[in-house]
Amino acid sequence: MSQAVRVITLTMDGREISARGDQTVLQVARENNMYIPTLCHLTGLARVGSCRLCLVEVKGINKLLPACVTRVEEGWEVSLNSERLSKYRKSILELLFSERNHVCAVCVSNGHCELQTLAQTLGMTHVHFAYRYPRLAVDGSHDRFVVDHNRCILCTRCVRVCDEIEGAHTWDLLGRGVNAQVITDLNQPWGESDTCTGCGKCINVCPTGALVEKGKSVREMTKQRQFLPYLTLMRERRW
Amino acid sequence: MAKRKAMSKQTLVINPVTRIEGHGKVTIQLDEQGKVADARFHVTQIRGFEKLCEGRPFYEMPSLMARICGICPVSHLVASAKACDAILATRIPTTAVKLRTVLNLAQLVQSHALSFFHLSSPDFLLGMDSDPARRNIFGLAEAHPKMARDGVRLRQIGQQIIEKLAGKRIHPAWVVAGGVNEPLAVETRDQILAVLPEALQIATGALDWFKTVLDQFREEIRTFANFPTYFLGLVSPTGELEHYNGFFRVVDSRGNIVADKLDVLNYADIIGEACEPDSYLKSPYYKPRGYPEGIYRVGPLARLNIADRCGTPRADQEWAEFRELDRGAVLSSFYYHYARLIEIIYGIERMEQLLQAPDILSKHVRAFAGTNNPEGIGVTEAPRGTLIHHYKVDDNGLIVWANMIIATGHNNLALNRGVLQVAKHFINGTKIEEGMLNRVEAVVRAFDPCLSCSTHALGQMALQVQLLAPDGEVLDELRR
Repeated sequence: MSQAVRVITLTMDGREISARGDQTVLQVARENNMYIPTLCHLTGLARVGSCRLCLVEVKGINKLLPACVTRVEEGWEVSLNSERLSKYRKSILELLFSERNHVCAVCVSNGHCELQTLAQTLGMTHVHFAYRYPRLAVDGSHDRFVVDHNRCILCTRCVRVCDEIEGAHTWDLLGRGVNAQVITDLNQPWGESDTCTGCGKCINVCPTGALVEKGKSVREMTKQRQFLPYLTLMRERRW
Repeated sequence: MAKRKAMSKQTLVINPVTRIEGHGKVTIQLDEQGKVADARFHVTQIRGFEKLCEGRPFYEMPSLMARICGICPVSHLVASAKACDAILATRIPTTAVKLRTVLNLAQLVQSHALSFFHLSSPDFLLGMDSDPARRNIFGLAEAHPKMARDGVRLRQIGQQIIEKLAGKRIHPAWVVAGGVNEPLAVETRDQILAVLPEALQIATGALDWFKTVLDQFREEIRTFANFPTYFLGLVSPTGELEHYNGFFRVVDSRGNIVADKLDVLNYADIIGEACEPDSYLKSPYYKPRGYPEGIYRVGPLARLNIADRCGTPRADQEWAEFRELDRGAVLSSFYYHYARLIEIIYGIERMEQLLQAPDILSKHVRAFAGTNNPEGIGVTEAPRGTLIHHYKVDDNGLIVWANMIIATGHNNLALNRGVLQVAKHFINGTKIEEGMLNRVEAVVRAFDPCLSCSTHALGQMALQVQLLAPDGEVLDELRR
């Protein structure tokens, strides 16, 4: 922590809190055991603020702000869980569910899925948007892993972990908007990728059943994410 | 109406058929004299599982295919897992085979209990002609509380065994390609063994009672799909009743074995599939005899007709008595109910034998392998008959083609002929009486068809029968 960082005070859901000026709203909330839902965010990876689930309200600011990329300011009055936020968050989840083919009942990640857990936690009971039912392929060309685009929510955790931690940058995004898709190398089958080291980090950071180990049956895919902050820390020290 | 009746042919429609699993309807064509000219059983829903699984990794198939049915998910789970084992091209651990067999039998017990007690016993105990509003499990609970309680309890025992073994009563994910994903705990085994005697007591009690009332149903026995057909199913290598492994055996109506020790992998050599324009259910037939002469039946009645014995003490006694009902094979489909009760007894006894095997607690319950074979076929005996899952995969293990022959499908030809037989016998003239129609439904119920293989109808479902003129005008209508 640099010496120039100020200590500031703010309120979160009416609670008075002091924090360092270089911290994000999300970090401060978590330090104080206050819940903000997140999906694209993963401690140890660069923050992109793309999923918008962590939006919070700040008194006096009309826009909703993403907690994972917003620094706290002196005197802010932040609402983490207002009715308006709850409505928006549910809508975001509903849009994610309607965009591709998320069928929990027959998913290998059923019971261990962040998207499913969020839907349960935030009380999403119905999808009010028309499902798109896109016809998307499963790439099973890799020896050990499978990517099922039907279950991908484009959080880009795989892209970031592969680039920032493994240093391979096998994963990237192709296309824009609703046509966007994660790809390996230059959009070739995963099994033919020259850069993939087969480390499996992308599998473990993926929040859903999109990236999974081959041969896992329904409900069997559990992910290990505890390695990530440790890896980041060790590399920071060595480099 | 009288004028129209004299000049036109008429059609009776029973839609939906009640107290069966799934959605079907019956149409009965009457001629100018009001006599039954033809009758057909139609399956009115389409599922499309063979198509929607294309592109999925094969090892997801057991749980995906289990979703075909909420009554017999275990059958699909097991048949699908066997097809996947074949794709892995590996021999799965013997303990896994035993555990899967126990699971399959637990389901046989609960499904048969549902068919006999919940769906069909109201006809036996309250009467075929009794008030349809009360002719269901609730009416049964009022008039014969012990029978209703026994039925609910027996089904509960079957379901609880499934839950204890597989973690969930409906759509468990325990059975996987290569075996099962958790070994059996000693406490679980002991808990299951502890409830089996009560189940056996209920089943034997029900069978003893059923045998005493058979005489009251002579007319039904004589007319409920009672005609010569072939019978097909699995038997063990030694000719015993078998629901998990084994070979195909086909017997004719005289009880003679016409084909034996047929490898299940060659099912396509003996079973042909015909399509009828008015039903989503395919009509399989015994290929060597052609269509439709190759009409055959599967399920409890067929299994008891093809086996040399059951292989468990009490079931063997009952089987011997059962086979005395007819000189050759037992032909009346009314006896499906009888056969179902014997199979419940067999299922309970066999589960006990398997759970007492010394290696049942082995921790080695799963084999691992990749895509070693581009094709896999899995065959089991589901409660309603022989179930076949057949998949083809690409080099990456993704499904490119799937075919399934569902147990109820095998009986399609016999079901249709049975509906016609009962309609001809019981329906006369144009005056519809509810009891007549219930008999038409009851012959369908005797087969215990699982049409959707996913939903089940129980109790107060709307039964609508319309008498239609050729121009579509409703001449007479009966509604429950």
